[in-house]
Amino acid sequence: MLEEIGPFLEVLLGGLMAGVLYALVALGFVLIFKASGVFNFAQGAMVLFAALTLVRLMEVLPFVLAFAASCAIMVALAFAIERLVLRPLVNQEGLILFMATIGITFFIDGFGQTLWGSDIYTLELGLPKSPWIILDPPLPGGILVSPVDVFAAVTAGALVAGLAVFFNRTKVGRALRAVADDHQAAQSVGIPLNTIWLIVWSVAGVVALVAGMAWGTKLGVQFSLALVALKAIPVIILGGLTSIPGAIVGGLIIGAGEKLAEVYIGPAFGGGIENWFAYVVALLFLLFRPQGLFGERIIERV
Amino acid sequence: MQSATARAERGEGQPAAGRKFGGEILKVDGISLSFGGVKALSDVSFSIREHEIFAIIGPNGAGKSSMLNVINGFYHPQQGTVTYKGVTRRDVDPHDAARNGIARTFQNIALFKGMSTLDNVMTGRILKMRRGILWQALYWGPAQREEIEHRAFVERIIDFLEIQAIRKTPVGRLPYGLQKRVELARALAMEPDLLLLDEPMAGMNVEEKEDMCRFILDVNEQFGTTIALIEHDMGVVMDISDRVVVLDYGRKIADGTPDVVRGDKAVIDAYLGVAH
Ligand SMILES: Nc1ncnc2c1ncn2[C@@H]1O[C@H](COP(=O)(O)OP(=O)(O)OP(=O)(O)O)[C@@H](O)[C@H]1O
Ligand SMILES: [Mg+2]
Repeated sequence: MLEEIGPFLEVLLGGLMAGVLYALVALGFVLIFKASGVFNFAQGAMVLFAALTLVRLMEVLPFVLAFAASCAIMVALAFAIERLVLRPLVNQEGLILFMATIGITFFIDGFGQTLWGSDIYTLELGLPKSPWIILDPPLPGGILVSPVDVFAAVTAGALVAGLAVFFNRTKVGRALRAVADDHQAAQSVGIPLNTIWLIVWSVAGVVALVAGMAWGTKLGVQFSLALVALKAIPVIILGGLTSIPGAIVGGLIIGAGEKLAEVYIGPAFGGGIENWFAYVVALLFLLFRPQGLFGERIIERV
Repeated sequence: MQSATARAERGEGQPAAGRKFGGEILKVDGISLSFGGVKALSDVSFSIREHEIFAIIGPNGAGKSSMLNVINGFYHPQQGTVTYKGVTRRDVDPHDAARNGIARTFQNIALFKGMSTLDNVMTGRILKMRRGILWQALYWGPAQREEIEHRAFVERIIDFLEIQAIRKTPVGRLPYGLQKRVELARALAMEPDLLLLDEPMAGMNVEEKEDMCRFILDVNEQFGTTIALIEHDMGVVMDISDRVVVLDYGRKIADGTPDVVRGDKAVIDAYLGVAH
């Protein structure tokens, strides 16, 4: 019995840790969607751009300074997007804004590569390479966890906790929830939409930076980071596009689910399930519960 | 029926008797607004005096809501100006309007559905909080002290509108009449000088309408708030308003005291649907 629990826990844990990272990217989508009703296609590009910025700045600056400078750059990017794209397109339909974010994606990709180069960079945060062995006394042989995964999960967890406090306990949080619920009503009480968008895109930028840093440490900083964002799409379908807890729980479910599926039912399909499992789950959700686990049911009034 | 009650509440036989108004708080001048081919407003002018209860009436699609949207800056007219507290503008910015003391409610209730009554009303205090939004994000202690002060103010409004029982209820679960009342509470929390009410009593039963009338009159009397309201119920309009403007197909067809407007031929024709 114990012999089976060990590997199971190891897979589960690895999956949950990957899930935290999916959750982080999904969170970026949800924040922006809630506040401005825009499905931000550029979230993945922002992750890559942030990671590139960080890794290149770390070549000349100590980590803390490089991180702070990267945050500042992400805020500046948010500022530019708000001014140059969102403000002129205010009150346009969701589809138009979505197309605009596709444009932003190409811009950020190109700009990032011009500015920072398009090689593969390793992001070295000085974490130990060899895995830790935990739970050795109860389980024979213990289970292996990678310090990089633990670091990523802890950072992501801290960020999520910080955001939860920010949005639930501050005046900005109330203003943000107001904007998410009803733009016009929010404006009528004097909430400045532009400031809220700026805050939300900045927060999404910083979230992208943390996600990029965590993924970059695991996989290296390279173009495929932008594709990790595609994994966030099943996550938000599962969690609901408007729910922050949904993004987190959805991320954990997808992360753990795909790893467990790979190990336990993968052999029946000849392996490789991990690559498409999340999308099948998302498809099932779209069929049976399109609003996601936590999303609000969309009722069309006639 | 509610007329008698409302009038009794105010303790007056004649609507106009004993009412004191200040100078002109708002003037709209030559406003024309169209959406593509649809002319929502054509060359509409009128002015509202301080402390007045001012009604805008007219058949469906006459342009009443559009007028309120121009006043608080949601719509920008192609022609004309809005003069508020002596400052003349072509385009009003909703944020400026709110900052300068214009609050409003909506024809289709626009509450923050995910929040409780209390939180909804608290959003009305956002502009009264001394620190800007960004500042509040960074400092935590002073922000909380301020929150408590505003909370006390909001509780008074909640008492005033008699919605203590639903303070913690998410507004999405409230019946329609109460939602309208929460919307009014949110607007009042802004301590407005000019309150715009778009059909505050639509869809209410007689009892709810009577309550709403009483609240509107009390707000006007106790806080001196100027009120511009749109309403379809003629009994209510004639009873509580000091002055009435009538719109029809985007044009102003009458402007005067309720008694004058009631007898106006053009108004009667508009309401009876006489061909133009
Ligand atoms: N945002 C908009 N886009 C396009 N047309 C609009 C818009 N707002 C108003 N209209 C049009 O302007 C005209 C006036 O509408 P408005 O809502 O101001 O009328 P109303 O007097 O408030 O009517 P009701 O009593 O039905 O509320 C209508 O023909 C309406 O279709
Ligand atoms: Mg209307």
